[in-house]
Amino acid sequence: MAFDKMELRDVEVWDGNMAASQAMRQAQIDVVAAYPITPSTPVVENYAGFLANNFIEGEFVMVESEHAAMSGCIGAAAAGGRVATATSSQGFALMVETLYQASGMRLPIVLNVINRALAAPLNVNGDHSDMYLGRDSGWIQFDAYCPQDAYDLNLIAFKVCEDHGVRLPAMVHQDGFMTSHTAQGVKTLTDDVAYNFVGDYQPMNDMLDFDHPVTHGVQTEEDWHFEHKARQHNDLMTKVFPKIQAAFDDFEELTGRKYNMVESYDMDDADVAVVCMGTSVETAREVATEMRTKGIKAGVVGIRVIRPFPFEQIADALKGVKAIAALDRSNPNGAPGMLFNELAGAMYHLDTRPVISGYVYGLGGRDLTKVHLTDLYNELQANADAGKVLTPLQQFIGVRGPKLSFL
Amino acid sequence: MANKGWDEFEIGAMLRSFDGKAADVIATTHQEDRNYSPSNSFTASVADWRIEKPVFNKDFCIDCQFCWVYCPDMSIISRDKKMVGVDMDHCKGCGICVEVCPTNPKSLLMFAEHADEETEIAQWPAKDEEKK
Repeated sequence: MAFDKMELRDVEVWDGNMAASQAMRQAQIDVVAAYPITPSTPVVENYAGFLANNFIEGEFVMVESEHAAMSGCIGAAAAGGRVATATSSQGFALMVETLYQASGMRLPIVLNVINRALAAPLNVNGDHSDMYLGRDSGWIQFDAYCPQDAYDLNLIAFKVCEDHGVRLPAMVHQDGFMTSHTAQGVKTLTDDVAYNFVGDYQPMNDMLDFDHPVTHGVQTEEDWHFEHKARQHNDLMTKVFPKIQAAFDDFEELTGRKYNMVESYDMDDADVAVVCMGTSVETAREVATEMRTKGIKAGVVGIRVIRPFPFEQIADALKGVKAIAALDRSNPNGAPGMLFNELAGAMYHLDTRPVISGYVYGLGGRDLTKVHLTDLYNELQANADAGKVLTPLQQFIGVRGPKLSFL
Repeated sequence: MANKGWDEFEIGAMLRSFDGKAADVIATTHQEDRNYSPSNSFTASVADWRIEKPVFNKDFCIDCQFCWVYCPDMSIISRDKKMVGVDMDHCKGCGICVEVCPTNPKSLLMFAEHADEETEIAQWPAKDEEKK
């Protein structure tokens, strides 16, 4: 069955969901098994529309839950197809059991996670709780800050995760509503150019290879489990970054758009830096530029690849800085934030360590305003001048009531 | 299976049924003539937890194939519709073959795992005259 190609303008006005859908269409996925949940619903809804209108040759499987959606993706990927889906929040939480199956079975599935808070209380707006929930699941995690990133990183994700040296599933994250429902200009690739960048799917150990029958999802007890998990960790630690870098390089050559494991803005001479993810990176960049007019050498570091964690790259980006803030948009529930902990670990061995303070912000879609960030940069400058953290190590930004801080 | 290190096996929770290609051997060969891989359950013994075993006495067997048909684990070995014996690497000792055996006396009976086969066959029960 032939399918039609879509004529795209060089720049289309797309929200993050449409950007992800279009990248999925151009990658010509074989199977999408999906269950809708706000704010990720339009990703698969748009995709189903493309399929119905003959822009895709593939299968769309409507299932009864997100657990079944990922299970369907796992079966299709084991059978030997290019596979993707999307989810958010509670749906992501329901998928968690199958996420570990997908990565342990080394099946390259692309999952668009449109970041949303986790109940209770129920909330459809964006924070990073679901993104943080996935961080030990053995998946590669890319973080998009805007619709353009969501489009580009989807294409890159297929190319990286399907590589036979990698064979690990990948999530592409974007902030619910702030990115997923905010339309911006997105520079497009033609269908042929995008598909050729991703490349034909190369099956590996697929169940539809009847000459070489395989059993997927086997049981191992204490005699083999540790070796499998060690292999998976080894490949995440040693094989994924070179492939991502190669894909980033190829993508830059093709489009001129450059991505890095760690995105540094105004960091060459920065004294103080904010480290954050998602749409907050763009807000922080704007404020950092303003702080420089006030004489504060402010920079921003965005995490582009959350897993595997860019341990060396982040230390390299921050080694010359005097004071940094780690911004966590997920409730740590009884600990410092994930980003605070990861950064502290990455910098502990440095000869000159920046002082680090942690901030919890934006839960349930609460705005992170420029005023918040201006105050934050001023605190960081005071820390830099004093050579130590003058505030508690963990502070909440933007929550009503008495000032909340710990540690 | 060999105790390979973490870097010595194929990735994925995945096992191959055959060493090499499997094509066109299935319909024309018996199990023992196929190149099953070491990780295939045909190669491995998966019967070490059996506590009772079926003993086959060919003197009474009529080759009806009931045991072959009903065995849930393909552990009855039959060639050219002639009962050969039981695959003790795979039989779990469920006793279904004994249950379905129609001869009098039965051609298959359950004994403790440690029982001696020749001894049991030598003292096999006689025909039950009350059965019609």
